[in-house]
Amino acid sequence: MQNVLQIVYLIPLLPLIGFLINGLGRKHLSKSMISAVGCGSILISFALSIWVFLQVKGGNVHNAHYFDFISVGKLKIPFEFKIDQLSSLFLLIITGVGFLIHLYSTSYMKEEKNEHFGRYFSYLNLFIFSMLLLVMGGNFVVMFIGWEGVGLCSYLLIGFWFKKHEYNKAASKAFIMNRIGDLAFLIAIFWLITKLSTVSFDEVFTAANLAKLSTLDITVITMLLFVGATGKSAQIPLYTWLPDAMAGPTPVSALIHAATMVTAGIYMIARSNILYSLAPFPMDIIAYIGLATALLAATIALKQNDIKKVLAYSTVSQLGFMFLALGCGAYTAAVFHVMTHAFFKALLFLGSGSVIHAMGGEQDIRNMGGLSKKLKITFITFLIGCIAIAGIPPFSGFFSKDAILLSAFIKNPVLYGVALFAALLTAFYMFRLLFITFSGKFRGTHEQEHHLHESPPAMTIPLIVLAILAIIGGFVGIPEVFMTGGDKLGQFYLQLLLNTEHTVSPATEYMLMGLSTGLVIAMIIFAWFKFRNYQRSEATGFGKVLENKWYVDELYDAAIVKPIKKAGTFFSQVFDKKVIDGMVNGVGRLLQYGSRQLRLVQSGQVGNYILLMVISMVLIFVIQFFLRK
Amino acid sequence: MPINYYIFLSLALFCIGIVGVLTRRNAIIIFMCIELMLNAVNLLLVAFSKMHHNAALLAGDATTTAGTDGQLFVFFIMVVAAAEVSVGLAIIVMMYRNIHSVDVNFLNRLKH
Repeated sequence: MQNVLQIVYLIPLLPLIGFLINGLGRKHLSKSMISAVGCGSILISFALSIWVFLQVKGGNVHNAHYFDFISVGKLKIPFEFKIDQLSSLFLLIITGVGFLIHLYSTSYMKEEKNEHFGRYFSYLNLFIFSMLLLVMGGNFVVMFIGWEGVGLCSYLLIGFWFKKHEYNKAASKAFIMNRIGDLAFLIAIFWLITKLSTVSFDEVFTAANLAKLSTLDITVITMLLFVGATGKSAQIPLYTWLPDAMAGPTPVSALIHAATMVTAGIYMIARSNILYSLAPFPMDIIAYIGLATALLAATIALKQNDIKKVLAYSTVSQLGFMFLALGCGAYTAAVFHVMTHAFFKALLFLGSGSVIHAMGGEQDIRNMGGLSKKLKITFITFLIGCIAIAGIPPFSGFFSKDAILLSAFIKNPVLYGVALFAALLTAFYMFRLLFITFSGKFRGTHEQEHHLHESPPAMTIPLIVLAILAIIGGFVGIPEVFMTGGDKLGQFYLQLLLNTEHTVSPATEYMLMGLSTGLVIAMIIFAWFKFRNYQRSEATGFGKVLENKWYVDELYDAAIVKPIKKAGTFFSQVFDKKVIDGMVNGVGRLLQYGSRQLRLVQSGQVGNYILLMVISMVLIFVIQFFLRK
Repeated sequence: MPINYYIFLSLALFCIGIVGVLTRRNAIIIFMCIELMLNAVNLLLVAFSKMHHNAALLAGDATTTAGTDGQLFVFFIMVVAAAEVSVGLAIIVMMYRNIHSVDVNFLNRLKH
């Protein structure tokens, strides 16, 4: 049926309607109604997305033009959607994972008050709406609307429990960090408008291919877009907001801060791949920044004790891998990793939510241990997630991570070495988390031990579905050396993404895979011996530096926040009071003084008046005769 | 006589008038000085009038009246000045009746 593409606007519209119903009726609707509206709208969107995906699969690209969003002089920015293979895959991830997380939330959030429950679901729906707008947008401006929308929803949901002051601070931090990136994105859009007076993807990329943009322009635009992506996708130097974003409810962390929103930067760069393929310098920068982020975040994750913080740093690290792939020109690998990461990271976050739920809000893994007996489903699914993220074949993470490592190897074997090291750290910290949490003896209070229970089906079903996806999700991108025609994703994106050509002998490829798999398994065994009977101990030396996240937050605080605050104090206390007020008061005082002096002229003495008159007349004559030409 | 003499004389008279007005406090003397300035101007008018008339006569026309209207002006000015003198003196008389002085510095209430 062809005409499903005619109604693509329903996909974002339904969550928007859900947002309005839940947002406006949060005090009047019952919780089951809110859940039905919230989940139902996403489910229908998901069904439509599958339909759209099937339509688009064969290369059937659809551009929908609705109305002129901005029309100033010659510049016309239409409100348009572009549905192609790239956006349709993201549609599936967003609505599919989004639906599972909505379902999970109905149970996870059920202890909230009715009105907050409604508020929560309205925010989630608004988020899905913004994210859909972001990936469906047919030009940079529509994308930017969604881009800002997800930033807003992220802010609202991190600060969802707004009565806690630190949560509000975390929300502000996320918002401000994002704004820095957004500004760069905005400048890139302005630059495009100045140079090409269009922002539509098709026109911009055609113009770039016809060399209508100078190399300098392309470099600046791609760099600015990348800065935008570092904000949204939590890369160095703007990554510190993401771990703090764990203040929000756990399903939010799963949805926004792992599966969807943070991949917006990857999507944006993959979408602009034609621009990037013309700009070698920004590509290198992206690869190095991505690799540095992957490594830095992985080292921090080694020593975190908050279950969600470990996952958060793991997310930052995985995003770094995706950027590494983008920087190596392996756009397909990056998108592939986005997809598999969405599955296993959502799974891990939801699993951690299940653990936190069972522990009655406890997040410190030092107080857990031995949970595998009580939380069987959670344990098994969490284990699957860990194996997937560590990259053991045939789980999904193996295929996507292998594709990334391979692309890094082709670009530069040094990059490959560092990336492999980061991947080993990934395996180590994930299994450290798993063993500390689920094996050994329970280290919490008796009350907590008594309270331990498996989560209800609304929470375990999404876990199971995501676990299955985490296992099989990689099969869409089986490397060609294993199976001819196995790389379905690669063929899918053959025309859309300008991947750098890979040429490496099958023997090398096998060797790389064997190396990474062997080392990962060794790491896991090492972690098993080290952490299976975890005893609480204080970190010392280098471990303490890692536990304190390399003191990056403190560095930013000392280097940026404090000077700005000091400057603010200076300006408000000194500059404003002395200089600005001084100027204003000075003008007033000058006028008062001047008029007081001028008043003396009016003495009432006739002689003075006449004298003034004579002087003035003489002056007028002088001006008249000598000065006027 | 060259016109310059008349101009210098009238300029001298005018300056004496100005200085008198500016420096003296007696209303009557100020009044006289104003008359002096007025008459300096009259003198100048007559002098220039005569000059232009002579120039026209020398041009050859014996019956011309060119330039004589300056002298007519002077008559009008003298009439007006006479009227003005009468008003001014009346004001001074009234002033004397009120404050028993003709010193203008007593009249400093203009500033209020």
